[in-house]
Amino acid sequence: MRTFEYLRAEDAATAVVEAAKPETRFLAGGTTLLDLMKLNVERPARVVDITRLSGLDTIEVSADVIRIGALAKMSKVADHADIKEAAPALSESLWRAASAQLRNMASVGGNLMQRTRCTYFRDPGAYSNCNKRNPGSGCAALDGVNRNHAVLGTSGVCIAIYPGDFAVSLVAFDATVIVRGASERKIPVDEFFLLPGDTPHLEHQLSAGEMIVGIEIPRSAALERSHYLKVCDRESYEFAAASAAVGIELEADGKTIRDVRIAVGGLATKPWRLRVVENLLKGKTLDEATLRTAAAATVDGAKSSGHNAFKIELAPKSWHAP
Amino acid sequence: MTHGNEFELNRRTVMKLGVGVAAVAGAAVDLSPKVFAAETAPAKAPALGARLSRAEGPLKVTGQARYAIEQKLENLAYGVTVQSTRPAGRIVNIDTSAAKALPGVLDVYTAQNFLKLNKPTVYSKGGGATEEFTPIQDDVVRFNGMHIALVVAETFEQATEAATLLKVEYEDGDPVLDINDPKAIAQLIDPMGAARGDAATALANSEVKIDVTYTTSREYNVPMEPHACIASWENGKITVWEPSQWVGGARSVVSEWLGIDIENVRVISPYVGGGFGSKIGAHPHVGLACAASRKLGRPIKVSLTRPQTFTGLRGRPATRQTLSIGASKDGKISSIVHESWNETAIDDVHVEACNNVTKIMYATPNFSSRLNIVPVNTVQPGWKRGPGENPSAYALESAIDELAHALNMDPITLRLANWAEIDPSNGMKWTTRQLREAYAAGAEAIGWWSRTPAPCSMREGRELIGYGMAAGSYPMIRTASEARIVLHASGQIEVLSAGTDMGTGTYTILAQTAADALGVPVEAIAVRLGDTILPRSALAGGSQQANNLTGAVDKAAKNARDALLALAASDPKSPLAASKATDLTFENSSVRPTRRPSAGISIAELLKAVGKDKLEIEGNTFAPGATEEMKNGADRSFAQLKGAVEGGVSAHSWCAHFVEVRIDEDFGTIRVKRMVSAFDSGRIFNPKLAESQWISGMVMGLGQALLEEGYVDQRDGRTVNANFADYAVPVNADVPDIQVISVGIPDMQATALGGKGVGEIGVVGVAPAIGNAVFHATGKRIRSLPITLEKLA
Repeated sequence: MRTFEYLRAEDAATAVVEAAKPETRFLAGGTTLLDLMKLNVERPARVVDITRLSGLDTIEVSADVIRIGALAKMSKVADHADIKEAAPALSESLWRAASAQLRNMASVGGNLMQRTRCTYFRDPGAYSNCNKRNPGSGCAALDGVNRNHAVLGTSGVCIAIYPGDFAVSLVAFDATVIVRGASERKIPVDEFFLLPGDTPHLEHQLSAGEMIVGIEIPRSAALERSHYLKVCDRESYEFAAASAAVGIELEADGKTIRDVRIAVGGLATKPWRLRVVENLLKGKTLDEATLRTAAAATVDGAKSSGHNAFKIELAPKSWHAP
Repeated sequence: MTHGNEFELNRRTVMKLGVGVAAVAGAAVDLSPKVFAAETAPAKAPALGARLSRAEGPLKVTGQARYAIEQKLENLAYGVTVQSTRPAGRIVNIDTSAAKALPGVLDVYTAQNFLKLNKPTVYSKGGGATEEFTPIQDDVVRFNGMHIALVVAETFEQATEAATLLKVEYEDGDPVLDINDPKAIAQLIDPMGAARGDAATALANSEVKIDVTYTTSREYNVPMEPHACIASWENGKITVWEPSQWVGGARSVVSEWLGIDIENVRVISPYVGGGFGSKIGAHPHVGLACAASRKLGRPIKVSLTRPQTFTGLRGRPATRQTLSIGASKDGKISSIVHESWNETAIDDVHVEACNNVTKIMYATPNFSSRLNIVPVNTVQPGWKRGPGENPSAYALESAIDELAHALNMDPITLRLANWAEIDPSNGMKWTTRQLREAYAAGAEAIGWWSRTPAPCSMREGRELIGYGMAAGSYPMIRTASEARIVLHASGQIEVLSAGTDMGTGTYTILAQTAADALGVPVEAIAVRLGDTILPRSALAGGSQQANNLTGAVDKAAKNARDALLALAASDPKSPLAASKATDLTFENSSVRPTRRPSAGISIAELLKAVGKDKLEIEGNTFAPGATEEMKNGADRSFAQLKGAVEGGVSAHSWCAHFVEVRIDEDFGTIRVKRMVSAFDSGRIFNPKLAESQWISGMVMGLGQALLEEGYVDQRDGRTVNANFADYAVPVNADVPDIQVISVGIPDMQATALGGKGVGEIGVVGVAPAIGNAVFHATGKRIRSLPITLEKLA
């Protein structure tokens, strides 16, 4: 492990300035960063510990919006009574992830920043060819063991999957990431994550030194009637084979779909919103035939790399299963 | 031997354990007078058979049990191994200059700057090693993940960083990647085959035939405690703290690696964080640690990382089995033809005895089996719980279910129709075989006869429901062993053995055994294990140790009683000196005249009276006249190991597993809802511990059936899921309601105290029971493990 300098930030302004320096990483719960440092994937020269910053771990549920501080622990958000009431999918996507121990350590800001589980990305000693780690070096996963690699949003140079659950539910419900650098800005979460394209080493919109300080989720009727479903090989402590965050609002007739939100995980290179499917459903009657027709569009453009072909079969079922 | 010095009292570490059994282990042992002084009232109920919790449990959960690499040694240096990233060929050069330039780096050992390690003798040739392979002795690359260097530094972090800086230049060879590689060449292991009658002809003439192929994946033992050791060379002697299921075997291997007399090697292993067979042998990284310690003259710690444990040693090899069963329309089996293939290292031999269950389970007049190995570029596979029996039962018990379906017969009815009254492989009588009772008890408990037998006939909502069952066996292996009992004038009683406790309960049951034989409460007994300075013991493997050591302790305790009677009668200072030994009785921890129950004196009083600090008594289960060579052979090799048919009778443990699965019809996800298993393990020494062993075997079987599979990159032979996230084992949420039932009876032909094997039988037959339940739920017969959701699509 490379020797690194450790700084504990006392205020956000200092943290942002320090983090803008080269080869620096923020440290919150550490559940991704330390893991990747042990694997020699991350080799920061400096680590800025932001866990002591005050005021960044609050959870507020108002009439219109849910605001979650970036340092709020996954477990705290998952168990928050108002969030369970106003946004069941958010809570479920958190507690269906990782283990109790990890959820107690990991922050929701850090959760957005977790990196892919591509086994080739995580094995730099054996595979120097990784376009995410070494741009232009090639991709070992394309012809390798790729059972848990992406089928959506891939490019010819990277098929690494976005592994998380929470961001899938955030994308479904139009959340915004609040970021602080020299100034503060808000980024829609769907835009926050980048497709790999020819630049898979660029995964998000953050500039050097920018820090996630919070997440805002607008409240909606669909969010109140939402669910996060996760299909895994084992029952718990497992990344998704396929997952879906779904929310629905019906008209007063109890059968016509007024609003519907669907995003899927475990399938794509970023949290994957299914707007085309949503548009096929809006205004239609909620029945089996409508769902099946729309579900087929879930995997529009999907591409198998071999071992992950099953995901293309599985994906539509993750949200439409009767 | 420096036995006396080893017992310096260290009061700090003593604790009276909540469950009432003192577990004593570690380098120094304290036996607190407070714990042992009181000669408590005689225990009424026998200790053996009681549901005591594990004696060392409180030490473990309070962090006081010190595992191998938790020893604190002065001047400790840290070794980190570097593993190859190519599967075959040779190493042209390793540039170590950048690594050596880092602060704190002491040296980097490679084939170019090597540490001499002699080839050890593998168990099949009379030694204690599980692989002949010794790293960094030559430039040959044998498999991806092979140790090619050891970096030693002042700190673990320095060594780890330096290890990333080696520049390795390879010349690629032509690898054989796995068992399915077209380049692989199988080798028949003829002596391990079996045949009776004319299996081929009988099969051809049978009315109903099943002809199937079953495969299992590479599986890994992945104990929570990784393989990690400390080696300390000092003045021509070496001490190795190594998590070991067999300190005697490790000691022998260390002496061979280093070319030193075995008397100069001590291996210490008081606690083992799981092994499941993978810690029977000391693996090559231990050799590197020992040689580096000798070279540098300081203690070296070498701890494999979790990924390195996947290629520093191996678990169960991938297997392929073809099985044909011929039967009459009324379900009488006339022939079984069986052939198996398993992976082995390219230049080491591991045979998975896939006919161990096949050849004995059912009465068929015609039978043939052939075993083959397939050398591939992999680390040498090893033993994982139920080696041989596990894949054997998987193929057989799946195929029997297929036959039952083909015959439209109930699977239990079919099994009973082919009941083997005697061991069909050799015509010997069984010792005990409570398998009918197991079928009955398991079927009753799970509600077998209430299910609807047709496939796809049961569901609840979107869940398909399936019931499945399968049977299994495990041979009763035995090796004579020794034990020592030390009676102290303070009232302390120690039980000593080199045998180890890998979490199975050895500490506890040996205390129970001694307590009964000496008529003292279990609280009075302290057990010390896992050290080659202690009395010789065979390995904790093959489900034999509990019976080996309870037999030896019982013998030692009987010898102790005789010695006490003789002492009481013969020593002039004894209060009972006027008596003849034959007129004395030992009862409830005291010696008394047979006719005067009130005139007894306690062991402690007797020792004090005759002026002795302690009395040491040995006991063993060797035949009279056993030589030192035989006793060492039992301790250091398999030379004295006796198989299932010792004495002309056939001794095995038996089981019947019943499972209910639930399958999501859309996703194909399989969850086990209930497991009920009935076991014949003979007499049970401690039901709580035996049940834990069975349950853990069942959970391991669940992982094998549904989750566990090593993925091999088909370009370079690398194990790409070498970690706990990508190599999935069951977590709590996967483990269902489990019920275990003991149907055994004491088997006095099998072992001295009537027990049979417990540790491995739990896993044998679980995977076929689950596979059969998946068939019942879905009508789909998946013939390869694990059964993942895409196979059901």
